[in-house]
This record gives sequence, structure tokens and C-alpha cells, in this order.
Amino acid sequence: MENVKFVIEKSSRIQKLIDDLYENMPEIESARGLLVTESYKQTENLPIIKRRSACFSHILKNIPIVIRDRELIVGSATVHPRGCQVFPEYSFEWLEAEFDTVETRAADPFYISEQTKKELREAYKYWKGKTTSDLAKSYMDERAYEAFVTHGMFTPGNYFYNGIGHVNVNYEKILKIGYRGIIEEAKKAKDKVEVYCPEYMQRINFLDAVIESAEAVILYAKRYSELAYELAEKERDYTRRQELLEIAKNCERVPEFGATNFYEACQSFWFIQLLLQVESSGHSISPGRFDQYMYPFYKKDLDEGKITVEKAQELIDCIWVKLNDINKVRDAVSADGFAGYGMFQNLIVGGQDVRGIDATNDLSFMCLEASMHVPLPQPSISIRVWNGSPQDLLIKAAALTRLGTGLPAYYNDEVIIPSIMSRGVTLEDARDYCIIGCVEPQKGGKTDGWHDAAFFNMCRPMELVFTQGVDKGKQIGPRTKSVYEMTSFEEFYDAYKEQQAYFIKLLVNANNAIDVAHAKRCPLPFQSSMVSDCIGRGKSLQEGGAIYNFTGPQGFGIANNTDGLVAIRKLVFDDKKLTMREFKEAMDNNFGYGYTGAGAINLTKDIANELAKKGIPVNEEIVSAIYRSVTTAGTLTDGEKRKYREVKRLIDEDCPKYGNDIFEIDMFARDVANTYTKEVEKYRNPRGGVFQAGLYPVSANVPLGTQTGATPDGRLAFTPIADGIGPASGRDKKGPTATANSVAKLEQDVASNGTLLNQKFHPSALQGAQGLAKFVALIRSYFDQKGMHVQFNVVTRETLLDAQQNPENYKTLVVRVAGYSALFTSLSKSLQDDIIARTEQGF
Amino acid sequence: MDYLNTKGRIFNIQRFSIHDGPGIRTIVFLKGCFMRCAWCCNPESQRYDIETLYENGSPKTVGKDVLVKDLIPEVLADVPFYRRSGGGVTLSGGEVLAQPEFARDLLRAFKNEGLHTAIETTANAPFEVIESVLPYLDLCLMDIKHMDSKKHKEYTTSGNERILENAKKIAESGVELIIRTPVIPTFNDTAEEIKAISKFASTLKGVKEHHLLPYHRLGQDKYTGLHRNYALKDIEPPTKEKMEYLKSVAEESGLKIQIGG
Repeated sequence: MENVKFVIEKSSRIQKLIDDLYENMPEIESARGLLVTESYKQTENLPIIKRRSACFSHILKNIPIVIRDRELIVGSATVHPRGCQVFPEYSFEWLEAEFDTVETRAADPFYISEQTKKELREAYKYWKGKTTSDLAKSYMDERAYEAFVTHGMFTPGNYFYNGIGHVNVNYEKILKIGYRGIIEEAKKAKDKVEVYCPEYMQRINFLDAVIESAEAVILYAKRYSELAYELAEKERDYTRRQELLEIAKNCERVPEFGATNFYEACQSFWFIQLLLQVESSGHSISPGRFDQYMYPFYKKDLDEGKITVEKAQELIDCIWVKLNDINKVRDAVSADGFAGYGMFQNLIVGGQDVRGIDATNDLSFMCLEASMHVPLPQPSISIRVWNGSPQDLLIKAAALTRLGTGLPAYYNDEVIIPSIMSRGVTLEDARDYCIIGCVEPQKGGKTDGWHDAAFFNMCRPMELVFTQGVDKGKQIGPRTKSVYEMTSFEEFYDAYKEQQAYFIKLLVNANNAIDVAHAKRCPLPFQSSMVSDCIGRGKSLQEGGAIYNFTGPQGFGIANNTDGLVAIRKLVFDDKKLTMREFKEAMDNNFGYGYTGAGAINLTKDIANELAKKGIPVNEEIVSAIYRSVTTAGTLTDGEKRKYREVKRLIDEDCPKYGNDIFEIDMFARDVANTYTKEVEKYRNPRGGVFQAGLYPVSANVPLGTQTGATPDGRLAFTPIADGIGPASGRDKKGPTATANSVAKLEQDVASNGTLLNQKFHPSALQGAQGLAKFVALIRSYFDQKGMHVQFNVVTRETLLDAQQNPENYKTLVVRVAGYSALFTSLSKSLQDDIIARTEQGF
Repeated sequence: MDYLNTKGRIFNIQRFSIHDGPGIRTIVFLKGCFMRCAWCCNPESQRYDIETLYENGSPKTVGKDVLVKDLIPEVLADVPFYRRSGGGVTLSGGEVLAQPEFARDLLRAFKNEGLHTAIETTANAPFEVIESVLPYLDLCLMDIKHMDSKKHKEYTTSGNERILENAKKIAESGVELIIRTPVIPTFNDTAEEIKAISKFASTLKGVKEHHLLPYHRLGQDKYTGLHRNYALKDIEPPTKEKMEYLKSVAEESGLKIQIGG
């Protein structure tokens, strides 16, 4: 007997809700885009914060609403299931340019009707020059802009083009006092603003905007109440009619007032969660510690005999389905980076309470059970683990892991609490942390974390060491010494640090420019009303209203750079088997191998364009000849190929690699990681907070890999960069314990914006009670050694290969991508291949 | 500390092993075996000599001489995992007892480090050899493949008399003993054959568990890689249902029966 707790029968309603949700390709709708435009045109003369609340109000009054068949929890941003609205106030050009390709692209396709295209084209005319993106660009130093846009040294594109999101608001408070309570609070705060206060008008305007937004939300819920009454009247099925009447009653009461029972709390929760994602396009709106703030309502109903465990489970399951009803269209490049329609709504169970006592309760188990009933990407469910975590909760989590959806992600309290305290979070607040988006810890309800601020591909500054800071023919980095003249490894390593430090400065410039642009053009009164201490300070989150403020750009490529630096040190400087010239020449020629994938296509295009520029006529035949040559290293002689391949062989076979529990190498990897984390933490953001580094790539290690040439670790050009803080794909030869030991050597607590370790397991490893227990022991042992986060893909290689061949049979196959799970079939081919290639820890 | 310098021959170290004894374990595979079981999934383990195995066409040297002390760091590297899972170190083979001094001194060294120790063995050795390792051993995972000596000899090149005798003596010694049987179609996969083994096992003092390990073909490619013939080419692994059936008949012995290690 496995003795997994809280195994509850799945109600038949849930599978039907799931099937309906996934029946069609998601669709882009125009309603929000048109309404926001209409409102903005009418409010040209208002302060920006009032324009924001006016447009939020205008949207909520007029956006179409719908109650889907069989739903118990209602509220949808779009008429079509899994549809998405658009947010032209952030940026729009990319979508307009992709109108005709968005339906057929490889990653995250969306249907868009001709009518919608037409309407949006018209609306977009208004927005030229008025977006956050436009303003951010104007604030950005030209060097930073070029490094970002032209040279791909780092990519703050997410916040450059979209809302920030990445927040956990104070759900608990709304569940208790409702938006009526928020309105009262804002009114009191207004009374306290002295008329002589220098920011008098800003504060009053902000508080008025909070009130207007809260009123709009109340009204929106009432619209649902009316709709439910209408539908109930028409409904002929008695049971459904009763359900609709109850829905109508719920929406009449919440979220205006505090919830009086568990069902109302669920409905109230959902309105908060939904409307945060209507106000702004920012993703990673994370429910956080759902098991904690929902528990009092559940407990009370259960004690009073008003609810059964099964009914409560069904309601939680319904919320899980709704979390997958929200969607977002991204530009094609970002869609690759965040592939799988990810919304990153991170919900975490277990862990300590503010007193440091274990906080596990029934709902912690039932949330995990819900993720078994609803095996979909959302919510990104996580679990907090510490020495006091009950074993049966971890066994339950392991049983969920075994399903193969990549959920839950495991987090270590014992590392995260001190880590965020080192950034100034108080002990009590740190104990109450939750996870945002992929892997980013914060104290919910008090933080504007600006997590996920940018991707920083650490392999790019490494490339620039070889070119003395030149990229695409332009001097964009410091002119470090020629590698040919370097006489020691230290010189080389220092040059790398210098290149990297320079681009981190530019990254800070880019992030801060975007930050200010959001404060000036898209402050968010609704979101701000639920994060302390915006109401008290009378300013929005975007202007620094939160108690804790951070900016967290994430670096990746540690494994590649570690292995590469080790290879250079050994082969060039210690053993003198190669000269730097031989090493560089081999790299420049992709170690004698042809190019593959998207990189090969791009290279072919570049060469063809070069020829065309020189006036040489380029026809299809020539293009295919170039492509052949590019993919087969056709310009090299056999002798050259042999010579360059021998360099790769030396790197592959003679040099030790990170991830194999070799102390010196792993400690060097720690140093390499710190070249990024310790540099980033030197800087400050405009909201009065500090920068803090993360070490995780989301899924950008694949698309950004296609922009990165061959690297000194023997990685071929344009192939994926190593994922997270784990070893490079296929280079960890000693199994999961050795990998865990290696990765634990990194100073993960310095990466207080989160780290990410992906492990892949064969299902046989989790069989039976013993399999589950051993799996839990593996996690606990990694965490004993100060691992911060780990997540698992448990799926056989055969299953994935079959899903690639027959996607129609695997419409809802969910796999772990990076800090989140996604539908396997919605990923691009290259990302699918990368997931298949990651070492499978089988036995 | 001379025992730390005892030399022996191994052919692999496997970390994160979860099917060979309790918890998460590291297995040290010793090279060389007395027997030649037709189904052996580690044919490269049978000869004591260092040899060459071809994997996907490329040669790989199998076998390495090491001192006891050379193995300690790698085995200790996973102590955090043993501690959390109740795991430890397992010596396997080949036949562990074919290198008696080396096996004894390895176990002694690991015991001194506070590790839980186990061996996987045929127990087909003089009892004095077994006796010498018992003081350093927490768990003996011992195979009984067949109760009929003639058939045993036919398939493994050795009779079973000494094995059965040693089983009794190990059980008497008080070291925890688990009996394991590889279930090989055509050799021992009938209800009677399995039942007989289980019944014998239940007569051994202190023995509580009997594990049935379903035959698998994962070793087949290695025979080709060693340019050797694989005798069981046409045999299919037992089905899940078959294993469940055999488990149910073995349970009549009163022992706890487990499928797989």
C-alpha cells in the first residue's frame, strides 16, 4: 500500500470542463483593446493614474461576459475559452506585424478573425508613440538599446513590450473585507492627506483611482450575478438551475464584501485573480499561499457541517480549470522564450508560518490533489519544504510528480528564508514567502519584485572575449586584450568578467528605463490597492508604493561557461595541448561541424543577403546550395574538419565537466555564477530597491542559444544553452545524486531572485511506496545541502517521441519546461527536442 | 590500517541505485564470478580478466584495479542521501566472494565510516569466506535460483548444495538475510519451482522476505559487444500478470514476497 493521503474522487464535471476548454485553438479577441482605446481618447486631460482607473472601469462595464456550461466558479476574460485580450497601452506593433502568422507559428499559435484584425488595426492608429514601450525606448541609453535589440546581449523584452505582473497581492485581505473594505480604507487614507502635503494631488488622485477601480470590480461581479439569474430563469435542468442561482447569490456578495463561506471565498478569489489579468498584461500573477488564506473558510464550513471534503475539492478543481482559461498572446520571439501558453500563476502549499511553525493543512493536500484531477499547466503548483515538513505531504507531492506534468516544483525554506532576509526582508515576512512566476521568492502582499526583469545570456560576454568586444562588426563591449596575447588563464577570466560587468551595467540602464516608463504610463491602481503600503503611501506599485522593491534579472549559461573556462585553462594554459589560436579557430568553424536548426537558416539568410548586397543574383538554387554548405561545413576541407573536430574531442573527453560531483570544478562553477550574481547586486532601481540576480532561463536557453555561436565548452553553434543551474545537457554522467551534490555547491542563496534545477526521471524510479519514499529522500538530501529549488519531468522518452509524431493524441500532455509546465505539443520542435535530450535519470 | 590498501578488481560504481537494498545506495561491482548463469545481465562481470566491451561499436575497457581506500571518497559522496533514505553501500558483481579479502576489507572500511552495508551474492563459496565478511555486513541479499540441483547446474554451471547449506549458516549468524530469485522463463518460472524456493526460504531462521526479480533482456547487447553468444535469445520476459501469480503462490510460504529488488 502506498498510503497517499487525500485521494478524493474526481467529479465528472471537471473532465467535461477541461475538454470544453481545449476543444479549439485559443482566439485573440478585440474587446479590451477597443475599450481601452475608447476610454483613453476621452481622458486625454486627466492625470495618468485617473486615466488608468477610468479605462479599467470602462472595460469592466462593457466587456462581454460569459458563464460557461457546468461552471461553478465564474468570470472569464474572453468569450472564447482560453482566449486572450490585447493590451495596446504596452505595445502593439509586434502583434500587428504578426496578424497573418500568429495562427500558424510553431510556438503558441492563436486564431484571429479578419474582423478582429480590422478593428484592432483601427484602434492601433491611436497608440503610435503612446505606449510604455515607446517611452521606455526614449529613456534608454543608446548603447543599452543597441546591446538589447541589435546584439541580443540581454533581453528585457518582456517588460519592454508587456505589463510587469509578477506579483502576489493580499488575497487574504479581500476575502475578509471585500472591495468595500478597500474603498473605506482609501477614503480614510484620503482624509489623512494634509492639504499642505507636497504630493497632495498625486496621493488624492491615486486614492480616487483605487476607489474607482474597486467600484468597477464590484459592478463587474454584479453583472455576473444578473447574468446568472437570467440563465437560471431559462435553465430547464433543475440541478443546473440551482447552481446558477447560487452563483448569482455569490456574485452579488463577493468580492464587494468579505466571504462568509468557502464557496464565496473561491468565487471572490477568482475575481481577484482574473481582474488582475484584465487590468494589465503582466503575467505571473501568482496566487501564492492559497492553502493558508483559504483554510479558515474551509475549516469553518467543515466544522459547521456546511461542506463536505468532496464538495470543497470540486470547487478547488473548478478554480484550477479557470486558471487555464486565462491566456496571453506574446510576440513570436517571446513565445519561444515562454513557450506553452505559460501564465505562470504560481500557487504554493506547505512551509512555515510567520512564527516558523509548519503550516500544512488539509488544503495543502487538496491543492496537490486538484493538480492530479486537473493535469494542466496552471496553476504552476509549488511546495515549500523544510525540516519540519510532514512526510505525508511530501509523499503526496511525489505522487503528483509521478504523473509526469512536471508539477509540483519543490522549494527549500531553509535556503530561501535567509536568502531574502539578506535583501532586507524581516524574519516574519521571510517565513511567509511565496513563489512568483517560475521560481522567484517574495513576501506576498508587500513586494514589487520586478522578477524576471531580463534574460542575461552569460555565453554572450564569453564570445566577446574572443572578439575583443566586437559583435556584428561593431565595437560594443570593452576592448579587452587579444586572446592571442594572453599569457595566463587569469587574464582570460578577467577579460570575461570585464565584458560581463559592462553589459550588466547596460542591462541595469535598460531595466531602469523600462521601470520608469511603467510608472509614468501604466501605473495600476487596482493591483496597487492590494499591495502594502500603496494606500498608506498614496502611490502605485509602479511608482514605489510597495514595502519591498526589487529588480531581478536572471542569468544562465553557468554550466557552459564553467566547462568552457575549465577547457581553456587545461588545454591552453596548463597542458599546452592547444594554442589559443587553434582553440579560437576551431570555435569559429563550429568545431568542424555543420550548423543546425534555426541558426543554420539565419546564417543562410545572412550569407544570401551579403551576396545580394554585392550585386550577385541570388536564386533558389543558390540559396539551397548555401544551406547545404552551411549544414555540412561545406567550406572546410576534410583536413580542417578533422583538425577542428579533434579540438572538440579534447574538450569533450579530456576535460572534467560541471555536474559530476568533482569538488574543484563545482567550486569553480560557483565562482562563475558569482561573477553574475555579485555584480548584479551592486545596482539600484528607481523604486528605491536593489537589484538581485536570479539563475534560471525560463525556456530562453533554447531561442537565445540560436543566437549564440560555438562556445569553448564544445557546445556547437546555435544549439541550446545549458538549462538552469544544472549541468549542460548529457554531460552529467554520474546520476542524480552527483548532479545534486554539484549544483548544491553553487552559492544559491546569493541568487535571491531564484534558481532552477531541472531533473528528469523515468517513471520506474517512483514506483510503489518505496519509490515515493526514496524520491522524497532525494529531494530532502539535496535540500540538506542548500539546494533552493528542484523540479522533475517524469515521462518516458518514448512517450515524448510519440507525442512529437502524433500531437493530436497528446493535446493535453503537460511537461516541465523550465520554471513552469506547458503543453508539450504547443512547444516548438527545437524546444521539444531539448526536453527529450535532457539527461534522463533512469536506472 | 593495512586493510585500506587491499587491492581488488571492480568494473563499475553505480550511484543512486534504488532497487538493490534499502534506501538510496551506491553499488560497487566486483569483477569475476564462479558461475555462468545463462541469463546473466552483466556478462562483462563474469571473467576476472580485464576485457574489452564494444558499445555501439566503440571499445570500452571493463575492469579496473583499485585499492580499498580509492573507493571511499566516491562512496561517501552520497552520505547525505543514505542518511535521508536509510540507504548505504552494496557490493555486487560478478561474485563478491570471488575476491574474499578485497570484499571483506571494503566492507570493513565502509562499516568504519558508519555506512549500512549489503552484498548481493550467490553465496556459492566456502563458508569460511562468507564468515569472514559477516562481521562487517548488515544485509545479505542472496540468490536461490532453483531447488533442484541438477537443473541448477544445467543453467548456472554449478549445483546448489553448497548454496543451500550456506543459506542456513548465514541465517544462523543473525545477519539480516533476504532471499532473491531471478524468475527465468523455461528455467524456474512454474508455480511449483517458485513455491519450493519460497518454502525453503521460510525455513531459514529470521528470514522474512523473498524477492522475485523478473527476467529482463537489458544485458543482451553486451553479449554481442563481448563477441559472446546469448543463450536465451528467444525468451520473453515474464508478464506482469505472471509475476503477480507467482507472487501469490509464493505467499503461501508466509514470507513477505516482493516483485523486483
